[in-house]
Amino acid sequence: MNTRSNFDSSLKQLKDMSLEMARLSENAVKEAMDALIRQDLEKAKQVIEADNVIDELEFKIDDKATLMIATQSPVAKDLRKILVGLKIASEVERIADQAVNIAKSALHIGKEKHIKEIVDIPKMMDMALEMLNDALTAFYTEDAALARKCAEKDDAVDEMYGRLVQELLGYIPENPTSTNQITQLSFVCRYIERIADHTTNISENVIFLVTGKRIDLNT
Amino acid sequence: MSVFTITDKAFDVKDFNLWYGDHHALKNINFPIRKKEVTAIIGPSGCGKSTFIKTLNLMITTIPGVKMSGEINYNGQNILNEKLDLVDLRKNVGMVFQKGNPFPQSIFDNIAYGPRIHGIKRKRVLEEIVIKSLMDVALWDEVKDRLNAPALGLSGGQQQRLCIARALATKPNVLLMDEPTSALDPISTLKIEEMILELKEKYTIVIVTHNMQQAARVSDKTAFFLMGELIELDETSKIFSQPSDERTEGYITGRFG
Repeated sequence: MNTRSNFDSSLKQLKDMSLEMARLSENAVKEAMDALIRQDLEKAKQVIEADNVIDELEFKIDDKATLMIATQSPVAKDLRKILVGLKIASEVERIADQAVNIAKSALHIGKEKHIKEIVDIPKMMDMALEMLNDALTAFYTEDAALARKCAEKDDAVDEMYGRLVQELLGYIPENPTSTNQITQLSFVCRYIERIADHTTNISENVIFLVTGKRIDLNT
Repeated sequence: MSVFTITDKAFDVKDFNLWYGDHHALKNINFPIRKKEVTAIIGPSGCGKSTFIKTLNLMITTIPGVKMSGEINYNGQNILNEKLDLVDLRKNVGMVFQKGNPFPQSIFDNIAYGPRIHGIKRKRVLEEIVIKSLMDVALWDEVKDRLNAPALGLSGGQQQRLCIARALATKPNVLLMDEPTSALDPISTLKIEEMILELKEKYTIVIVTHNMQQAARVSDKTAFFLMGELIELDETSKIFSQPSDERTEGYITGRFG
């Protein structure tokens, strides 16, 4: 008989909660970007308001994990599952905070006409979110190789971040009255770059979960 | 298996086998036990852990039909081969059991029993030994006013500490503990665990326990036995975080056993 079916189902629930939280955060990033591009200020506000749902979910994950540690004396991989569940929830919460930051930038820019069509920034977002998806799949399937591969994509995001910020700053001389908008768009690039970094941290946690070894992929 | 780089071993068990009649209870055990460390032995019921600990002071030879092969080296001599003075061996290798088993005598006489057998008669010397032993197990303050009271009047936890004090009174080098807290309440259990951590400054301790958290809390090394085999022996921190063998992981995470 399975002597720990109850505990196993709690571990599964914890994982599902982390993944649910990640799904909400991913969605928040997309919505914030949409609000930015379409200058939909109402939507930007909604993204900011909806963040507390994600925060609440993180508290629930914390409480559940705490109770499991207190009552089940987890060791070895069981313990890593709980620790990693907690850490991933915390990374995901910070990704959601970046979505809030993007939404705030959308509000700062407001209805001011964009200096040019925003094309590359959403592409960069897609790259970061693809990384996030891979990292979460790696978490779900406990696939250390996929986690490693996912983290390798961070370099491309970093490279794009550098390029876009250079490009944006280059617009300032010709558009001195749009300095605020250009600065905000640069910030958005930074926020997306941070999302990719949090994703890399998720990948590191997946590798720790599977192998028990700590590695630094953020180099 | 070499988790030890230095040779300060209290015991060095090599290629050890034990049979109860036809039943092969311990299979090819290689198990070095380092001095002044706590070594915990864990494993499911019937895995051989109690059998193993009872071979270390040859208590096992009281059971009829036991056959052994291999080496159990203690202080450089194989206790299986050489003509040993068993009384002397057990003076050096003390043992306590699951349940405190004081003699139906006074607290004082329980502890003085061993030293008296070994020829100590002077009251002053015996008193010193009794006081020191009771202090070692943190029982002195609780019983100092009633040393002549019957030991069986003590609580279960106190009786167990008394028995540990009794084992210490003959100044052993090694202390074997076979599930010493399984019959005790949680606070008495924690007192014994605290005491173990104090005692390892002076003694080599081998403890068999069903309580895995206890093994994790008190021991330096942990050995996992399964069906008569020593599956894994390593640093306790390693065993409880990243055991090398999946059977160990299955056991410590409560998936089988």
